[in-house]
Formats: sequence, structure tokens, C-alpha cells
Amino acid sequence: MTINLHGAGLRHGTVRALEAVSLHIAQGERVAIIGPSGAGKSSLLHLMATALQPSGGRLELFGEQPWALSARARQRLRARIGLVHQTPPLPPRQRVVTAVLAGRLGQWSTLQGLLNLVYPTDVRGAREVLAELGLAEKLFVQCGQLSGGQLQRVGIARVLYQRPEVLLTDEPVSAMDPVLAEHSLALLNRHAQANGVTLVASLHAVELAFAHFPRVIGIREGRVMFDCPAEAVSEQMLDALYANEQLASQPAQAPSLAVQIPRC
Amino acid sequence: MNRVINLLLVGAIVAAVVASFSYLELDLQALIGDGGPGQMGAYAKRFLHPDLSADHLQSVARGALETLAMSGLGTLLAVVLGMLLALPAAGRFGWPLQSAARLLLNGLRAIPELVWAALTVLAAGLGPNAGTLALALHTSGVLGRLFAEALENAPAAPAAAIRLQGGGQLAAFCFGTLPNLWPQLLAYSLYRWENNIRMASVLGFVGAGGLGQMLYTTLSLFQERQASTVIIAMLVLVLLVDAFSDAMRQRYVRA
Amino acid sequence: MLKAHASDPAALPRLLLTVFALAVLWPGLQLSELNPGVLLHAENRQQIAAFTSAFWPPAHDAEFLKLLYQATLQTLAVATAGMAFALLLAIPASLMASRALSLRAASRGGRGGVMSRLLRMPVRGVLIFLRSVPEIVWALLFVRAVGLGPTAGVLAIAITYSGMLGKVYAEIFESVDQRPAHALLQAGSGRLTAFFYGILPSAMAEVVSYTVYRWECAIRASVVMGFVGAGGLGQQIDLSMRMFAGGEVASILLAFFALVLIADLLSRFLRGRLA
Repeated sequence: MTINLHGAGLRHGTVRALEAVSLHIAQGERVAIIGPSGAGKSSLLHLMATALQPSGGRLELFGEQPWALSARARQRLRARIGLVHQTPPLPPRQRVVTAVLAGRLGQWSTLQGLLNLVYPTDVRGAREVLAELGLAEKLFVQCGQLSGGQLQRVGIARVLYQRPEVLLTDEPVSAMDPVLAEHSLALLNRHAQANGVTLVASLHAVELAFAHFPRVIGIREGRVMFDCPAEAVSEQMLDALYANEQLASQPAQAPSLAVQIPRC
Repeated sequence: MNRVINLLLVGAIVAAVVASFSYLELDLQALIGDGGPGQMGAYAKRFLHPDLSADHLQSVARGALETLAMSGLGTLLAVVLGMLLALPAAGRFGWPLQSAARLLLNGLRAIPELVWAALTVLAAGLGPNAGTLALALHTSGVLGRLFAEALENAPAAPAAAIRLQGGGQLAAFCFGTLPNLWPQLLAYSLYRWENNIRMASVLGFVGAGGLGQMLYTTLSLFQERQASTVIIAMLVLVLLVDAFSDAMRQRYVRA
Repeated sequence: MLKAHASDPAALPRLLLTVFALAVLWPGLQLSELNPGVLLHAENRQQIAAFTSAFWPPAHDAEFLKLLYQATLQTLAVATAGMAFALLLAIPASLMASRALSLRAASRGGRGGVMSRLLRMPVRGVLIFLRSVPEIVWALLFVRAVGLGPTAGVLAIAITYSGMLGKVYAEIFESVDQRPAHALLQAGSGRLTAFFYGILPSAMAEVVSYTVYRWECAIRASVVMGFVGAGGLGQQIDLSMRMFAGGEVASILLAFFALVLIADLLSRFLRGRLA
């Protein structure tokens, strides 16, 4: 099992972001995480990326507990995991090429890293990755001059350049138009399948989740509601997942649930 | 209520100004009436024919380059030292080091450059070395504090993301925090350089070389014509540094 | 438009910049004779140690403390009086130098004509000249002209700071919203009235803030000028240093720190209240 969560919980002060979550994701699996806003999708991904320490339960990555390791070993472990943030943490004055090349900082020596800061040594590699996302001509543009969707794609490019074994993506296409979102998700899935990479994505757009991912996990209020193959998710399960007593109940939900969903 | 307090404050300020004048017993009478302006005018007239002989110009030019080097290298050294102290002072290495670094920075900047120069002249002897070191020590305190504030205000997310993908501390700082920080650091450093080029002239008075030392000597020997050349050179130097600094700011600091 | 660069376009400029910096660094090191190691040499360290050990205990006999108190007051007075003079000169100068009051600019959307530039340039030039010559040079000149004592300091601060204040005031006036003043000028009001009603209200806060900040700097400047004979704490430090009276130097330095601290607090209070 590549990613193992045993009753992992997460607390921000008094708020319980995650409650006793148990998940098992094998190497090479592609999983989508869906759920209403504030359900804990981001927290779950950050937990898996070792950005946050679980306040209860156990986390195992590649068979080891990252929080039981020394700091140096944990850093080496982190180099094998790639996290795509919802808002890419890219400094506005940094050029795209440097931002993308920063993906391999975990694998380079300090000197090599510093050299790439002033002189990008692998322009071709960066260009290849950006070309797949349609941003090749933005190679030497400053990040601050890009739109939200373009920034998200640069964030994805950086993680792709990193070549991690586990790819965790937090709302990777939220700022993109539908065509671009479709294209980027397809790219991520192709990449995962071709290289045997484990892919976990949290998504708002339910139909995208069903269109690309064979396994779907539904989270609500920090708890796993369901964890089954995409075909097995029923409309009732989705209703229960996204039910919101405070909002005026409008029966019509996501406007384009194109896929027919049989019962679980 | 507010207005009353403000009016009282303004009144207090005016009273303070009046008190200052009366305390000093400024002999304005002697200054303005009674041949005072005549005396000053005569003194000023002696400056109107600067000595432009080749010899003197050469030594003034050398003095100017010395002053430029003093201020430039002093500021550069201060940038390095200030940066080194700003990292702990911004809390990057824990609380006890933060207090120690802040204390050191405050000490460095509280002592004015002239006092530092007196100390460094004692240690390093007369000459531009003492001046450079004095400027470096004082300015590192000033810049260190400004850098630390800028560091504290810089967003932590980019560096944290790099740490999260396995990068080291140095890489995270250089790739995550530095890209957005360095224009601000550059602006502060340029501003201090503009200040230091004026200060470098002053330090010459305590023997730290450059144009300042030349000015002090020529004035003490009542060689006003030579002194006025030195003053012109100082002026030109200050204007050059100000213009260069402005150009750098336009190019690199404005986004 | 979509030029695909084969290599980094910033590589060449960066390389040139590095080469230029190194080319300038070497002669710079030679000229400044930089040698920080000198501070660590054994005999120099002993000298500094001997010098600084004389600092303890700081002199605290009644006679000296009285002298110190007077010197502190003198420094404060020099700074305040100098600023007052500087304001007298700076305010009219800034009004003349600022494009904010240009009648031509009012009707041309902010761009002055040739005549207004001809008039304003010399005033700006004078202001720049006044602030570019280091104040201690002025102090030295005035000491030679009017003798030792605080008068030289007051005059030096007055001259230099009038340049600084004048230039910054002019810039502040130009940086606030010009439309109220323009409207008034076009409606036929006098320039001064337009200034008081149109510019001053929005510029006041920044002007006060900068002035108080400069007053704080003036205090430090007057100590520095005391070194060349312009009275106050600076002159005392100079005298005590010449007599190698470490204890006295220490007391004066402490007084100086206290003064700077109080000035800083006062400055922050005033800026908070008035600005």
C-alpha cells in the first residue's frame, strides 16, 4: 500500500477537520475525492502530503511513518511526493522557467539548486512539460503576469517536472475553463497511467471526477461517506453528500451530470 | 475633545520652538545686523574661485574615488552582514537567537557612524579602511532591522511549498522568499548608499580618508580655494550616486 | 509575438552585470583598503578593549551631570530651532517649486508649460544643492564663519533641512489628488487660496509625518555636528575623547541613546496624533 491512513484525525484548534479517516491507496491507483466546501478535502490531501501532522491515528507512506522519521529522511520522502496546491505558491516576480525547475529542488544538491536560480540549466525539460499544458511560450514570463488558470497550469507543470511517485492535486483545475480543465485532467491521468504514478485529486466538479477517475471517495464534515468505484456511486449517495439544510433546497443539482449512475 | 488636544499640542510645539531660541541665546543681532552678513559674505567670497589646477584636481579625483569606494563597499558589506543578522532576527532560528540578533542590530545602529569611526580609527589606523568598516558596522544595524521587517512580512507559502517537496532550507528561501523580497532589499540598500555617500565625507573628519579628510585639512589650513574644489567634488559625487540609485530603482524596484 | 527562445534571454544581461560588478569590485577593494581582519588583530583588540574598559563606570559626579544636562538641552534646542528656520525657508520654496500650483498645469490636465518649468527648475535646483552638500560641511563652514557654538549648528541644519523639506514637500503636494486645486484655479481663485483649500487638507498628514521624522533626524545630526564645534552633546563627546576620559564618553553616549529613544517615542506619538 502506498498511502495508508489508519483512523487519522486532524484538528485545527478546536475545529476537527478530519475524523478517524481510514484509507488505503495502492501504487498506481487513480482516486478522486469529492465533497462539499469545507468538508476537509484540502486537509486530507495536505495530511497525505505530510504538510500537516495527524493529531490522532496513523499515516503511512511507502510503508513508513513519515512523522516517526528524522527530518532529513522525511525530506527525502517528501521528494517522492508531489502536491499541486489550489492556489499555486509561486512568487509573482519569479519567471515561469525557474518556478518549474524548482520542482526538482528535492533531488538536486544545494549548489545545483542555487545555480538554477540565476541560470536555468534545463530549459528544454521545462519547455516540454509546459508544452503539454499549452504554456510553452510563457517560459520566460514572470508569474505575476499570468492569469489564475495559467498559474494553476504552471503549478501542475512544476509537479510534473518533479516526477514524483505520488501525485496529490488539490482542486487542480478550479480556475480553468471547462475545455482546459478537461484537457489538464486528461493529461494528469495519462501521465499517471503511463508512469505508474499514484494520483489523488480533489475536485469540485463531480462530472469531471466521474469522467476521469475509476475510484471516487466522498467526504463530508471530515468523515468518509463512501469509497467505491465510480460506477457504483448512486445519485442518492451524491445527494446525501452535498445535502445542505441551510440553503433553500433546490432539487436541481449540478447542471450537467451526463454520466448515468447505476446503484451501488 | 480631539481638536482641543491637537490645539494644545500645536501650542506646546510652538512654545518649545520659542524656548529653544531663547535657550540658545542666539546672537541673531550679531548675525544679521552689525556686520555679520558682511563677515559671512567675505568668507563666502573666498570660495568663489575654486582651484582647478591639474595637480589639485588629480588629488581631488583620487579622494572622490576613495570616498565612493568607501561608501559603496561599506554599504555592500552592510548588506551581507545585515542579511545574515536579519534571518535570526526575523525569528527563523527560534526565540533566543531572535532576541540576541535584535539586540545586536539595535546596538549596531544606535551608535552613530562617527563614534564607530573613532573606534575603527583606533583599531585600524587612519585611512579609508577605518571609514569603510565604520559605515559597514552602523549600516548593517539599520539594514538588518529593515531586512528583518521585510522578511517577517513576506508570505511563507512559496517557501513552505518547496520544503514540502523535499527542498532544503536554503533552496526554499532562495526560490520561495527571495524572488519577491530582493527588490525591497535593493531599495533599502540604495537608500542607505545615498546616505552613506554623504556620511563618508563626514568620516574623513576623524581621519578616515577620502574627500572628508581633504576638506578638513584644507579648511584648517585656510586654503579656501582648494576647499571649494573639494566641496564641488562632494556635490558631484552625491548627485551621481543619487541619479544612479534612482535609475536602479526605476529598473528593478518598480514592478 | 510568440517567439520561442532557445535559451534564457536573461542570461546575457545577467552575465554582463556580474562581470561589471566584479570589474568594479576589485579597484573598489584596493581604493578602500578594506581589511576587516584588522579588527581582530591582537594588539588592536587590546587597544579597543582598553578604550572600552575605560567606559565603566560612566562618569556620574554632580558637576558633570549638570554639564551633560545642559548639553542635552542644547542639542534639543539646536535641532528644534534649526527645524524652525528650515520650515521658514522650505514652505515658500516648496510652494514655488511644486507643479501643483501651476496655473498652466491646471488647465492642461497637470502638464505645465515651458515658462512654469523655467521658473520652477531653478528653485528645485537650489533645493537639491542645499540638501546635497552634507550638513557637516555646512557646519564646518559656519563654525569658521560665526565661531564655535550652537549658532553654527542651527544655521547648518536650517540650510540643509530646508533643502530636504522643500523638495519633499513639493513632491508631496504633487502626489496628492490635484483635481480640487485645479478646479479652484480654473474658477479664478488665487494660487495660495487654491493651495489651502485644495492641496493642504489631503497633504497635511504626510507633511506632518515627514516633518516630525526629520526633526528626529535633526537631533542626531546636531550631535554629529557638535563634533566639529557646533555645541551640544557632540562637542562634549569630542572633548572627552580627546582627554581619553572614557567614563565621560560613556555617560554622554548613554545620554545620547536616551535622547534618541525619547525623540523616537515623541515622534511616534505626534505622528499618531497629528497625522
